[in-house]
Amino acid sequence: MSVQTWTYILVGLTFALYIGIAIYSRAGSTKDFYVAGGGVSPLANGMATAADWMSAASFISMAGIISFAGYDGSVYLMGWTGGYVLLALLLAPYLRKFGKFTVPDFIGDRYYSKTARIVAVICALIVSFTYVAGQMRGVGVVFSRFLQVDIDTGVIIGMIIVLFYAVLGGMKGITYTQVAQYCVLIFAFMVPAIFISIQMTGNPIPQLGMGSTLNDGSGTFLLDKLDGLSTELGFNEYTDGSKSVTDIFAITLALMVGTAGLPHVIVRFFTVKKVKDARKSAGLALLLIAILYTTAPAVSVFAKTNLINTVSNEEYASMPVWFKNWEETGLLSFDDKNEDGKIQYVADMTKNELTIDNDIMVLANPEIADLPAWVIALVAAGGLAAALSTAAGLLLVISASVSHDLVKKVFKPNISDKAELWVARGAATVAVVIAGYFGINPPGFVAAVVALAFGLAAASFFPAIVLGIFYKKMNKEGAISGMVVGIVLMLFYMTKFKFGWFGGGTPADWWFGISPEGFGSIAMIANFIVAIIVLQFTPEPPEDVQEIVENIRIPSGAGEATGH
Amino acid sequence: MSEKQKKASAYWKENVRYLFILLSIWFVVSFGAGILFKEALDTIKIGGFKLGFWFAQQGSIYVFVILIFVYVRLMNKLDKKYGYNE
Repeated sequence: MSVQTWTYILVGLTFALYIGIAIYSRAGSTKDFYVAGGGVSPLANGMATAADWMSAASFISMAGIISFAGYDGSVYLMGWTGGYVLLALLLAPYLRKFGKFTVPDFIGDRYYSKTARIVAVICALIVSFTYVAGQMRGVGVVFSRFLQVDIDTGVIIGMIIVLFYAVLGGMKGITYTQVAQYCVLIFAFMVPAIFISIQMTGNPIPQLGMGSTLNDGSGTFLLDKLDGLSTELGFNEYTDGSKSVTDIFAITLALMVGTAGLPHVIVRFFTVKKVKDARKSAGLALLLIAILYTTAPAVSVFAKTNLINTVSNEEYASMPVWFKNWEETGLLSFDDKNEDGKIQYVADMTKNELTIDNDIMVLANPEIADLPAWVIALVAAGGLAAALSTAAGLLLVISASVSHDLVKKVFKPNISDKAELWVARGAATVAVVIAGYFGINPPGFVAAVVALAFGLAAASFFPAIVLGIFYKKMNKEGAISGMVVGIVLMLFYMTKFKFGWFGGGTPADWWFGISPEGFGSIAMIANFIVAIIVLQFTPEPPEDVQEIVENIRIPSGAGEATGH
Repeated sequence: MSEKQKKASAYWKENVRYLFILLSIWFVVSFGAGILFKEALDTIKIGGFKLGFWFAQQGSIYVFVILIFVYVRLMNKLDKKYGYNE
């Protein structure tokens, strides 16, 4: 059977599965809709969190980015996993004990203020919208390459599917579809990786294959070979980066703290029964994520070595079929500058003739390694699972922010449960349409901003939540001014250096030599400092709020999540 | 301070101590071994891996997973000790 047929079968089957699950587990109350009824098992929640977390960027782009960045790519590996340690130790158990529906719920109650709640809602919306637009785009790209429909049609099909199960099922529907999506995406990522690891090193475990010797009888270590190839072509050694230590440090910290502060991840821990379960499911989530995150750098090494071996100084005319296929999508292009008919892939931009998009490394990897058709189709189904699961989780945060935090808590406190549920569904629908619009007409800043969503989360939520738990005396004035300063500073730096506002600037003008991607760590520190300074000049929080803090520090008696 | 409050604050102190130790390890494997001391560790090689590079792309992640499960165990024990388990 052809790749095309296999893709239709696998994508069709997985979609039917997601829709079936959504119908089976539809939401009957706001509690079902926001926190899946509060009775999700730690393992199911761990799987759902892992699928929620691993987006199109993790599945499709990350290994490719690392392929080209080498050691510098470590910021994503450490940053996007290390954040779970912070989440498990500093946030998840206490927020679960607190037992409400959303992150702004916690901020609003802990800081006894509507202003704090609204600031939190705005931060949640900014972070989630920037993120979700990128997911819809990812859905479109996978559709266009593997199902030969154009990107826009792909986005619309994706919208309809997500709309169906997010609007119908709420958190309950999303949780169980995400469990299925985790299985699909991890299988789809591992199968080609294992095949290629065996091909190149003879070791079936990619994590070990990466550090093994090549299969060609030369006895050379794979990484040494790649370092050698890279320097030969004028690039940095693969295992050595080009970014400064300061910047690597700052980016890793911003990504870690941002991960811990992302509302769509935090809210998953409201769905389990007990505090104990929240801790355990954070551990399971990271374990399940780590399977992909430790395999990805191995895939990067395999793919990069394979690619250089296949194309470097070879005749253009003798390139395999996949080369032509990917040229057609525009993700790969060859420009014979010196007209010798051979492909020069080198660091020197004036002589380099090959332009390669990051995403190709995962998507084309099975073709480059000449794997069977069903494996190639599997990658398409996996990429879709990754993008859809993350999009659904984000849409839920957006809809809950509107229906629960704004409508119920600010504008119309006496709205009935049933009416609130309908508002939530309406908000989810509007959010899907907006996300789809950005997927079809991606503003140039989407790609740039997705990475910065972490900086925004780090600069706003993380300090406010951590101080709310660990610093009993922290008051509303401190927390609000901290969040405002943090997010404004981050927005300023990002628009200045990414979009050229406020006079723009080049990397030479970066503060402390830190890139916009890493600036979240500085903005986060500013948030902490401002909060603590303002606290000194403003009154202590009321007695009952201090009691709330004492209460969330004790794990027993969590009860079920409530909205009141 | 009532008996109940004393118990709660003793529990909290032990909890914070665990956090401090676990987060120190978290910092050392990632920011330490994977970034600040990467150059120095790269002179050591294990199989095909330079050690600093390995910590940055593999080792730190394994340690993160272990840290959370150690935390889960420690806290379950602590909950039992103070009668907060359910």
